[in-house]
Amino acid sequence: MFKLIKQFTSFVAMVAVLFAFTTETMAAKKSKTLKNTQKKGFVRCGVSQGLPGFSNADASGNWTGVDVDVCRAVAAAVLGDANKVKFTPLSAKERFTALTSGEIDVLSRNTTWTLSRDADIGLTFVGVNFYDGQGFMVRKSSGITSTSQFKDGISACTNIGTTTELNMRDFFNSKGISYEPVAFEKADEVVAAYDAGRCDTYTTDKSGLAAQRTKMSNPDEHIVLPETISKEPLGPVVRQGDSVWEDIVRWSLNTMIEAEEYGITSANADSMKTSDNPAIKRLVGAEGELGAAFGLDNEWSLRIIKQVGNYGESYKRNIADPGILPDRGPNELWTKGGILYVPPAR
Amino acid sequence: MKFRILAYLFFFVGTADLFIKIFYGNIFSDLTEDYYEIANPILVFTPVLFFSIGGIFLKESKVSLTLENFGTSRIKYYSPQFICLSVVVLIFLFFTFNAQMNMENRGIDFGFGFLTQEASFDMQFSLMDYDGQDPYWWAYVVALLNTLLVAVLGIIFCTIIGVIVGIARLSPNFLIRNSAAWYVEFFRNIPLLLQIFFWYYAALRALPLPQDASPLFGVTYLTIKGYYMPAFIWNNLNIFLYSILAAIISIIFIRYYANKLRDNEGKQIPVFYISLIILFILPALTFLAGGVSLNFEIPVLKQLSATSFIYDGGIAVPPELIALTLALSLYTATFVAECVRAGIQGISKGQKEAAASLGLTPNQVLKLVIMPQALRIIIPPTTNQYLNLTKNSSLAAAIAYPDLVLVFAGTALMQTGRAIEIVSITMLTYLSISLAIAALMNWYNKLIEIKEK
Repeated sequence: MFKLIKQFTSFVAMVAVLFAFTTETMAAKKSKTLKNTQKKGFVRCGVSQGLPGFSNADASGNWTGVDVDVCRAVAAAVLGDANKVKFTPLSAKERFTALTSGEIDVLSRNTTWTLSRDADIGLTFVGVNFYDGQGFMVRKSSGITSTSQFKDGISACTNIGTTTELNMRDFFNSKGISYEPVAFEKADEVVAAYDAGRCDTYTTDKSGLAAQRTKMSNPDEHIVLPETISKEPLGPVVRQGDSVWEDIVRWSLNTMIEAEEYGITSANADSMKTSDNPAIKRLVGAEGELGAAFGLDNEWSLRIIKQVGNYGESYKRNIADPGILPDRGPNELWTKGGILYVPPAR
Repeated sequence: MKFRILAYLFFFVGTADLFIKIFYGNIFSDLTEDYYEIANPILVFTPVLFFSIGGIFLKESKVSLTLENFGTSRIKYYSPQFICLSVVVLIFLFFTFNAQMNMENRGIDFGFGFLTQEASFDMQFSLMDYDGQDPYWWAYVVALLNTLLVAVLGIIFCTIIGVIVGIARLSPNFLIRNSAAWYVEFFRNIPLLLQIFFWYYAALRALPLPQDASPLFGVTYLTIKGYYMPAFIWNNLNIFLYSILAAIISIIFIRYYANKLRDNEGKQIPVFYISLIILFILPALTFLAGGVSLNFEIPVLKQLSATSFIYDGGIAVPPELIALTLALSLYTATFVAECVRAGIQGISKGQKEAAASLGLTPNQVLKLVIMPQALRIIIPPTTNQYLNLTKNSSLAAAIAYPDLVLVFAGTALMQTGRAIEIVSITMLTYLSISLAIAALMNWYNKLIEIKEK
């Protein structure tokens, strides 16, 4: 009997614990993602499996690239250290599931902003960090210099799960050319197959073509055709439903672009605090309370500029200097003939 | 009496629990500070649990449960089963609630409406007409057929290779026996994915470009872009098919007659040769008299650009299919070979000796005595190997063969974002294919097992 009473008391205790959990009301939280990131101490960022210039890991595991810099900017803003990022390499197929399931918090993986992705699958695109378009790469020796020389029966290598696959179909259909699509899951496999002669042409975003060309056994044997067959605005993505986090990522990117516009670099950022221009002073945190809206301190944008640099620096370091795309093309500031134009930080 | 009080206590706790949860409305708590909201099914489940426990106590109080007779009581008998059931229900509830809740939070809706939308992507290779304008469900069917194609080809080849190697392992010839053993040990012990990569990226990459390929058997070309062979163009194909059907029916009659002749008069006629002749002559006659004719469409080299060529016309077998079939059948054949060897070795030597002493020829011994018995041992484990092969065919995604996983659980999943729907459809599909193969093999196993009268 005594044993039974003991069991019963422990049962009651268990019930009491359960009640305690039940009655705990949901704490009003501003941004779960921000709170969790600060608690964990690093930003969880989804990147590509290796695309030079955008997100690429070197031999010692350091990630570099313009996509990587977006995540570093977020880390600098939120955690104060641009190196506090945990990178998760994802294939095109895996990327959205990884984001919606909460495995990563920012997807910065040369992802094209489209209506259906934005509206359908629980994602929010926060901006564009690279304006791109789909192109074709062929062997120089083939003598092809334009897509108008493509003939029936051409085989085209590409990745599955990308807008590329759909654009390719639209392109060949509109031209009335029959083609053989060979779609692989990983970019490296596509390159290997094209390089070996399995396909006549390799199609993806032009920046991707330029970057992958550097990986081929003999880069000089291949050329990227001049035609661009689609619009590919690439940018970082966050989960739907956390608007504060969305704003943080958006304005981290915008800060980098706006810093370039005002000539603030990682080198002169500190000295800009005493600038006469109030817009510059706001951007380096010497004026206004811009960070408060996100629950951040006032120097968040200064940290981004100091630790990651402005957009121009990032582009030069990652894309222009390695010789991937020396010409900035549309990815130039609007003041210099490009289409990079961001809302003012005020 | 004590149990009755206990029972009422549980009823009270259960009611109170339910009451609080309904009126304070918080059956989902965020116990974790993580990114998901984890639905807590324990909280949903507790009132039910309390009521059930109360119910058991109430029932038991009527048969005056004491500690002395606890060992034989129903509580002791039923509680393990009850706990087991609760755990299963809890796990199920946990995952369902979680998925539902997180999908709701992320603004993802659930539904199969996307299946009728336009797929808008192309496929490299399909057995039936497929175009990007077709809906997703048709893409699914076409991809499924591609999976079945590679599975059927793999099963056929692995059976042929497996049986030959399995018998070769028992050969009295030293060289044959040992090469078969080496083959089995080598291919069995290397991961399948590596073998697929080897065949696709290494072996097939060594093939020539189309313009450098020298003809194989005169009119077929094995190149890096695939295997090109002539297509058959038939006139009056149906007459030809009917003639084959007629040949098969007449062979069945002849066999029946031959069996009767053997049983009644003890005469043996060479059924096998007669069947072969009929099978050859009847269709051949249709060419002479039935107006059937056959033309070949021979692949012709076509230039796409200065250095890129392709063969036009005929049938093109993509290299992805070749590599996958090769890897799957060579790998699975090792296991089939071991099943065959085990089956033959499982028949006692006495059977063979007894059959020989009856005056049967060695061929007859194998055909009439050994194999029928060995098959009973071979079939069940071989079924498992067929299932493995079918499931392993999903590795096709690694080398761009457009199978169910690459096309449907890959491209379609990506373009629609319907992860839960598509993955569950794909899982159910593989489950059905496997169960169908298992059912077929079980039926065959029933057919050949010892029929006790």
